[in-house]
Amino acid sequence: MALLSFERKYRVRGGTLIGGDLFDFWVGPFYVGFFGVTTIFFAALGTALIFWGAALDVRAGTGSWNPWLISIAPPDISYGLGLAPLAEGGLWQIITICAIGAFVSWALRQVEISRKLGMAYHVPVAFGVAIFAYVTLVVIRPLLLGAWGHGFPYGIWSHLDWVSNVGYQFLHFHYNPAHMLAVTFFFTTTLALSLHGSLILSAANPQRGEAVKSPEYEDTFFRDVLGYSVGELGIHRLGLFLALNAGFWSAVCIVISGPFWTRGWPEWWTWWLNLPIWS
Amino acid sequence: MSNSAKAPLLLAAGFALPLLSACENPAGLQTEQLGFRGTGMEQVVNPRVQPRQAPIPQTLVLPAQEGEPLARDAYQNVQVLGDLPVSQFNALMTNITAWVSPAKPGDENSGCNYCHNPANMASEEKYTHAVARSMINMTRTINQDWQTHVKATGVTCWTCHRGMPVPANYWVEPAPQRSRGLLQGPTGQNMPRASVAWATLPYDPFTPYLAGAENIRVVSKEIHRSPGHVRSIQATEATYGLMMHMSDSLGVNCTYCHNSRNFGSWNTSREQRVGSWYAIRMVREANNSYVTPLAVKGVFPANRLGPNGDAFKINCATCHNGQPKPMGGISMIGDVPALAAHPPGYGATRAQMIGDRVKGALEAARERIEARRAAGEAGAPADAAPVPVASAAPPAAPAG
Repeated sequence: MALLSFERKYRVRGGTLIGGDLFDFWVGPFYVGFFGVTTIFFAALGTALIFWGAALDVRAGTGSWNPWLISIAPPDISYGLGLAPLAEGGLWQIITICAIGAFVSWALRQVEISRKLGMAYHVPVAFGVAIFAYVTLVVIRPLLLGAWGHGFPYGIWSHLDWVSNVGYQFLHFHYNPAHMLAVTFFFTTTLALSLHGSLILSAANPQRGEAVKSPEYEDTFFRDVLGYSVGELGIHRLGLFLALNAGFWSAVCIVISGPFWTRGWPEWWTWWLNLPIWS
Repeated sequence: MSNSAKAPLLLAAGFALPLLSACENPAGLQTEQLGFRGTGMEQVVNPRVQPRQAPIPQTLVLPAQEGEPLARDAYQNVQVLGDLPVSQFNALMTNITAWVSPAKPGDENSGCNYCHNPANMASEEKYTHAVARSMINMTRTINQDWQTHVKATGVTCWTCHRGMPVPANYWVEPAPQRSRGLLQGPTGQNMPRASVAWATLPYDPFTPYLAGAENIRVVSKEIHRSPGHVRSIQATEATYGLMMHMSDSLGVNCTYCHNSRNFGSWNTSREQRVGSWYAIRMVREANNSYVTPLAVKGVFPANRLGPNGDAFKINCATCHNGQPKPMGGISMIGDVPALAAHPPGYGATRAQMIGDRVKGALEAARERIEARRAAGEAGAPADAAPVPVASAAPPAAPAG
């Protein structure tokens, strides 16, 4: 891939978190770095282990090479917080370590690139919220419930079955207050992004022969529509706020289900029904 | 930190604090795996929020004497328990009193007097006398004919009554209710009710399923709309309401019986689902054959009837009281064999009754099959046509 003329200017040494000049170079367009190497290591090892686990299941007659059906299940709850044999959930435990290793390495690689460019850390922080949601599912909640077996299986369909069954452990998951917030944030994120994206495209695609419209036009559009425009920078702050809250409240909605509430979620709302105002 | 950065944090804290205030303590949770690892089929139980159980009173057991007279010969007007030896009859009366209406100091109508006139024990003047007869018959029917549900554990009066004349949990048909305002509707929206574990689902899940013979078959077996699947959203929500009641009554979640990837599939469900399939039919018979007839005959006084004039009826919570097995699975029936089965005469009458019903159902099924054949409808070969069988049909049997 060709190196664009201005790119060389930004390919500066240093800014690494660990290892000094070790791996401080680019392969084609990609910055490598120490954490690029660890990302590749964990991702490759984890993926290989998934294939090995699938092969074990196929050989045992319980699995399939159909990519939709491959599933690496966590150990039985009876193993508690200990290690399980590889074919009985131990693989899931190692793959979980690989996944967290790869995700965290990726975030730290983002930190190093941010440092090289003298940027703030918004990108790795934002990605960190997604990692936090994953760690909540497979580490924090299992720790609180006392067994790795409470984690979700690594399979395209099997993890959906897990989501469904865990939801029904609380009779009606739509009544989970944090789930309500998370869903609302997910929808609002898409609303904000669609409003923002359509606004930018509309300003950048004027009638033939006219100049591209400036941000003043964009602000005026939403002032006319809503009486208010959040502004050029503000829409990106708002977008980040909405997106991070979607992930954050997703993590909250699952970590409270079980560790902090064992009954049906509709029953949780009896605090509202029992408020002294009307009860 | 600038003020603009503080605002979202305060907002987040404002959301989080009320959440925390309603939490349970996570220490000492009990979890149980119910399916293959990683399927999410689990019970998560917090022992601190489990229902407390009243201590079970000591059951009086008297040895039968050689050659003692039967109750029907020793006493007057003994209709249901007449074939018991006097000692067994008296022990059962003592036990029923302790289970249902234990004597309370200062209350003349408690103890034996709850059902009997102390001056004439044979008198039927108290309505509870007739109720007790029907309840004894009901208990015997459950223990004799519904072992598909109660197994060998069986039930006694205590299972439901727990020392109270009226069990803590029962249901009546609710007076018609509508939510208020713009969202007004008769389907239970915006009306959280304990009957459906505080969801805003249809608030009477009992009348259609535990008195009526509605089936819970809302999951289609085909991709497209078909004559075999004509269920509505309303039927689905009513089903969900009954399931909420079942879960709440047993203190379990949906995965106690179902793998939610397909609620209707029997071969991915747990064995427990079979027991509860029979339970629905057992409760239906208990209500329709032993409770409701008393109300129809005008036995109950007004304070023992619901707003629509129907009796206080049985649901899952009546026996289970928040536990997967009533009283944690303790069996009392060994100490009271008199409640374990009907005397031979009653059984024959009932078998005849059921036999007639099954015969009618078989004839109706045969007529349906022949009508279908006459209409030249392509479908399953005749030998695979669904025919209801006498043993209440295996759960997988399809029916419209």
